[in-house]
Amino acid sequence: MSQDQSKDQSMVKQKEMIANHFAKLSTAKESGRKVVYTFVPGNLTELLHSFDLLAVYPEINALQSGMRRKSGAYVTEAEKFGHSEDVCAYVKSDIGMLKAGNIGPTGERLPPPDLLLLSYTGCFTFMKWFELLKREYDCPVVMLHVPYQGDGTLTPDMRKYVVDQIRRDLIPVLEKISGKSYDEDKVKEHLRRSAQAEDDLVWVLESAKHKPSPIDGYFGGVYYIGPIFTAFRGTQDAIDYYRMLRQEVTERIASGQGPITPDGPMGPEKYRLVVEGPPNWTHFHEFWKMFYDEGAVVVASSYTKVGGTYDLGFRHDPDHPLESLAEYCGGCYTNLNLPSRIDLLCKYMTEYQADGLLINSVKSCNSFSAGQLMMMREVERRTGKPTGFVETDLVDPRYFSAANIKNRLESYLQMIEQKRRGALPDKRLADRGDGVLHLEVLP
Amino acid sequence: MNVFCGIDLGSTTTKAVLLDHEGLVLGRGITNSRSNYSLAADIARDEAFTSARFTLIDRELSSLGESPQHTEQFRKRLLLQFRRQQLLSQLKSLRDLSFAEIDSPRYDEIRSSLSDRLRAMFDSMEDGIRRPRLGGGKKSDFFRDQAASDYSRLAESHASEAVPFELLMSIFDKVIIQVENQRMDLTFEGNILAALRLCLETDRQSAASYEAAVARAASVPLSEVAAIGTGYGRARLPFPKEMIRSEILCHGLGAHISFPGTATVLDIGGQDTKAIQVDPRGIVTSFQMNDRCAAGCGRYLGYIADEMNLGVHELGPMAMTSTRHVKINSTCTVFAGAELRDRLTMGQRREDILAGLHRAIILRAMALLARSGGVADEFTFTGGVANNQAAVAALRTLVMENYGERKLNISPDSIYTGALGAAHFALRSVLESEKDRSATQTSTPQIGSST
Repeated sequence: MSQDQSKDQSMVKQKEMIANHFAKLSTAKESGRKVVYTFVPGNLTELLHSFDLLAVYPEINALQSGMRRKSGAYVTEAEKFGHSEDVCAYVKSDIGMLKAGNIGPTGERLPPPDLLLLSYTGCFTFMKWFELLKREYDCPVVMLHVPYQGDGTLTPDMRKYVVDQIRRDLIPVLEKISGKSYDEDKVKEHLRRSAQAEDDLVWVLESAKHKPSPIDGYFGGVYYIGPIFTAFRGTQDAIDYYRMLRQEVTERIASGQGPITPDGPMGPEKYRLVVEGPPNWTHFHEFWKMFYDEGAVVVASSYTKVGGTYDLGFRHDPDHPLESLAEYCGGCYTNLNLPSRIDLLCKYMTEYQADGLLINSVKSCNSFSAGQLMMMREVERRTGKPTGFVETDLVDPRYFSAANIKNRLESYLQMIEQKRRGALPDKRLADRGDGVLHLEVLP
Repeated sequence: MNVFCGIDLGSTTTKAVLLDHEGLVLGRGITNSRSNYSLAADIARDEAFTSARFTLIDRELSSLGESPQHTEQFRKRLLLQFRRQQLLSQLKSLRDLSFAEIDSPRYDEIRSSLSDRLRAMFDSMEDGIRRPRLGGGKKSDFFRDQAASDYSRLAESHASEAVPFELLMSIFDKVIIQVENQRMDLTFEGNILAALRLCLETDRQSAASYEAAVARAASVPLSEVAAIGTGYGRARLPFPKEMIRSEILCHGLGAHISFPGTATVLDIGGQDTKAIQVDPRGIVTSFQMNDRCAAGCGRYLGYIADEMNLGVHELGPMAMTSTRHVKINSTCTVFAGAELRDRLTMGQRREDILAGLHRAIILRAMALLARSGGVADEFTFTGGVANNQAAVAALRTLVMENYGERKLNISPDSIYTGALGAAHFALRSVLESEKDRSATQTSTPQIGSST
């Protein structure tokens, strides 16, 4: 991490928040708190908080296992239980971790769930994942059906459809598990705090419109979205974290500084990229280093919108609590149709003054990967900017070929450079027989 | 004379190309990449300089006004003698290191019979270089391959119970690596005099004028103004970062230089396949490469050849004699042997299986081409696999079926495409830096001095 600790206050704060959360989880049984396993896209964290329930996000555990270099063993462990090599590596890492004693990222044991709650169905794998967990844990399951934005919008009917499910299928179960009645005022209170932190998050992500960009909106961005996409949305901690982060970024802008990388402040910004697709977690730093070593900064990414497209204006709304939660479920990035995703990427290319679009296509993730080549061609056609394509995986280390990825990335960056330089030189070298080459203008 | 160098450090071979200031190719060099990349780069570059000297010798000889047939014969002999000098230096190193190796105490008991055998084998190999058998076609230009083939043949006949074949081969395997990684003088300057002497002995008639022509060619100062490196090992080249280009860009530009009408490039190399689209200036606009595995690349054909106990160059011609269509889906290099044996036990003919395999390789390439934006006119095919007629035939058919009529370009020097592009980048880098400089200065720029 950065040598300059004063720049990392927000990071220290985030670490403390995570440590506290996992400490609470590890003692949930003793403290009598109930636990809900749920996924990041479309999560209903404020609602869970209003019932005093604790949340576990299995895909966050999987990505943490990837970063801690444990996912490889977990994945192969799950394969021993019959999960095919082609199954989503998040699922296999989670199942493997469970079989290995369910020790979470902080080294503490995770409690078993009292409820499995699926509030986003854009990823079919999520449903299968919870079906698998249902076999391991004898606990209730609630699956909300969230409609896909096939026509590019979330209609009032679709919103109402989800609200009805929350009221009819979910709230009664939450009341039963927690032993508490539904208290809408409490939900509103959480939502109000959420919106406040969301404002600061959007400000931070959009700070990348500055030149040079003070942040990396992908590799850095995944840290920035951490609290708001997970257990901390709607808490005072999240408000404090984003305030602190915003302050740090403000200072970096004022001093003209670029992003802070694991090797310290980044060198001069040479390329501004938009990235589509999730990062690779098993070689996260190695992957990032390939970018910052070349002076490439990611100014905007679609991955940082998987837990909400806040920069398109969405905010959790205390005045319409369940409606805004329903809208959140249907509004995450992978629930958008392909034309909407293309529009968003083109908008980023323009607004963030990017040099090109790079797609990191992930073997494990159909939600992301389907249609990416078509999206790439279309963005290229509309913006006239070069696009590039690399392939990795989420947490299966066997699918990270550093030489191949580096080769493609460097080729892509040099392609941008070559395009910038444009036409052939209008000069030629002439040998006049005096042992010296003379530069002459071409006739 | 100022020259511009491009070096392509590939997974199998390392190539170098030298250009003059007008972008004309002066020389080309190639060597196997071995484990020491920087040495491989040096050797390929030395070879390119040697080849450039021979280009200059050609020019000098043709200005002598003698019969072209006669000068051509002299030139051929000179090159042959030069190559022999190089081979003899390498063989000497192999011999010395082998004798050093058997100094080890573990050979104490058999040392005398071992050294007798080695001496006889190396004498015979040396004799073979000095007096090559007529019609003895060689499969490779690299010393490693030639020496391995001769040595193993001799080891078979010299082996005994006390000095078994395996022992002789284990010494070779150990020592050849040292030979390849040893710096020895294989340059033009170091070997041309000995070669010239041997040639002139047999050609006394024109000796004086030929000697003078070679001397003139040898005395032209060649100064390398700029060099650009590319290929998988490029990060290991002793070049500053700004002098390194990705092989995608180099292949795109190299194909454009060879065939200026090129719009789409397909390169199938040892470990990767690239589909590249270039604009009319040779600038890459989009590309796709094979993902995580090397299925269907040149190395795959190498495995198949090994499995069939054939030379890789024999696969294409054999596939061309196929009469029955065999459909093969997997081009997984790892499973190549299993797939092959399975089909042979099913009673399929080798020729038909090979034709199916070539088609499968090209089908994979077609998928990459589609992902990169399709096949536009003109279409240039590069890399080692472009020399395989069965692969080319399959490509023609599939391109016709999927995209219609396209002009297909294949250069006999296609293996040098990446190095050629790199050399042109070297030339451009000088033009560009001079352009930048002349924008701030008004004086006439001059580059490099060869005095």
